[in-house]
Amino acid sequence: MRIVVCVKYVPDATGDRKFADDLTVDREDVDGLLSELDEYAVEQALQIAEEADEAEVTVLTVGPEDAKDALRKALSMGADKAVHVEDDDLHGSDVMGTSLVLAKAIEETGYDIVIAGMASTDGTMGVLPAILAERLGVPQVTLLSEVKVEGGPNGTVTGRRDGDTASEQLQASLPAVVSVTDQSGEARYPSFKGIMAAKKKPVKSLDLDDLGIDADEVGLEAAWTKVDSADERPARTKGTIVTDEGEGGKRLAEFLASQKFI
Amino acid sequence: MAEILVYVDHVDGAVRKPTLELLTLARRLGEPVAVALGNGAAGTAATLAEHGATRVLTAEAAEFADYLVVPKVDALQAAYEALSAAGSLAAVLVPSSAEGKEIAARLAVRIGSGIITDAVDLEAGAEGPVATQSAFAASYTTKSRVSKGTPVITVKPNSAPVEAAPAAGAVETLAVSFGALATGTKVTARTPRESTGRPELTEAAIVVSGGRGVNGAENFAIIEALADSLGAAVGASRAAVDAGWYPHSNQVGQTGKSVSPQLYIASGISGAIQHRAGMQTSKTIVAVNKDAEAPIFDLVDYGVVGDLFNVVPQLTQEIQARKG
Repeated sequence: MRIVVCVKYVPDATGDRKFADDLTVDREDVDGLLSELDEYAVEQALQIAEEADEAEVTVLTVGPEDAKDALRKALSMGADKAVHVEDDDLHGSDVMGTSLVLAKAIEETGYDIVIAGMASTDGTMGVLPAILAERLGVPQVTLLSEVKVEGGPNGTVTGRRDGDTASEQLQASLPAVVSVTDQSGEARYPSFKGIMAAKKKPVKSLDLDDLGIDADEVGLEAAWTKVDSADERPARTKGTIVTDEGEGGKRLAEFLASQKFI
Repeated sequence: MAEILVYVDHVDGAVRKPTLELLTLARRLGEPVAVALGNGAAGTAATLAEHGATRVLTAEAAEFADYLVVPKVDALQAAYEALSAAGSLAAVLVPSSAEGKEIAARLAVRIGSGIITDAVDLEAGAEGPVATQSAFAASYTTKSRVSKGTPVITVKPNSAPVEAAPAAGAVETLAVSFGALATGTKVTARTPRESTGRPELTEAAIVVSGGRGVNGAENFAIIEALADSLGAAVGASRAAVDAGWYPHSNQVGQTGKSVSPQLYIASGISGAIQHRAGMQTSKTIVAVNKDAEAPIFDLVDYGVVGDLFNVVPQLTQEIQARKG
């Protein structure tokens, strides 16, 4: 079974994230890493591979040179190989451009199941898995907190999706696009052995030519959305902070009443 | 006047509040035409008309409940095509629920349009709707627009007031033919979430959250009592959820739900970046924490340094007393 995991290299959320002058994400000033929510996707891919008779896990990312760090992390967790789509013309692509590239790279790689995280931790849109399913023309089985694959490459994927108003059991035939939430199971830590082994695993590089995509279909100029401004939010004015000396709850009630919440 | 397609989120005909907020925003851009799908769709018309829908397109079919997302995309696309054929469609607006975003995204791909998700405000601009979004854990505010196709925009709950604005609300049946992908993902079972009687977390005007400091599942009763005194929803930090004290469905933060209420009360929550990512756009923020150095105090409008087991019950009692 061919499992492709889509991962993203994102600026560290604990760092000082910023926009660059062209209003794309500034990648210079903040360290990047494998998006935390994608670790859950790698984990589920590895578990599905372990359960299958024969399986290969490929991690795929679209991003600049540094994005290889995200691939290395996934390889050190146990993925078998990696595909890195890198091209200067990709800078500033929005979700439509990125999903186009991912879909072509997934088709190029070959797949029975595509797994992604529920959202990236930088853009946080949470729409990429659904878009991939649309582009690939296969079922979407998304936002799963439990996932199970049975019957090999021609089998089925089932899972639980916890929505706002109901919890649903889903079922689809492979091939399919799956996304998993942070409730799907803790992601494993890379072992020392895994880290050493990752250095020897193949990372294939592809550019837009390899995927048959014109440069003018992707990148900032071709994006289907335009960011006109990005302003740093002014720091909140320092609020009132009191120390409880027995009347803290009452004083807080006074504040809430003054703001008309009571 | 331009028409604005508004996707209706409803449960068996009961329209959810974020859709009514969406109608307020849609009226800034044109005349709202609502699309309601599935069981009880026609029953939404009166409420939608009261809030400004000039037309209500409805479709009922078993596919909407039996299969995931795609049948709804097919229907929304049918509505899009009907309106754009008449040449009057200016935007498609969808509530930013998990499902709403997926529906909007697939529609955008199909119709060759850009998509903006999680807008917190919308205004008319010279080149179409301008969406305000909050980025990087609310440390930035961006203004964006769709530059290709008919703008498809999803809007977060609590982004606009619900306003009455009576309109015709003429009900029309929408003809939908389902594509090959519509039956790809079967919903084999559905368990409605048990009602707690409290407002839904992402929609609530007030959210009361508990964290590590609550120190046990049984102690969440203190948080719930405060929430009930205010008619609020209950949230929890990841630490409290991971410890098994409260369900994940109530988790506020980067890997949980993003909330933007009028008032957010954090109790026993230190305010790690992952939590702040989910609540920083709240209008008024209040915290109770023993640790005066907790980062949550950098965000608050009002903070109490103290033991939540003393402060929170006293607050609840005081609220009840004031309400008489």
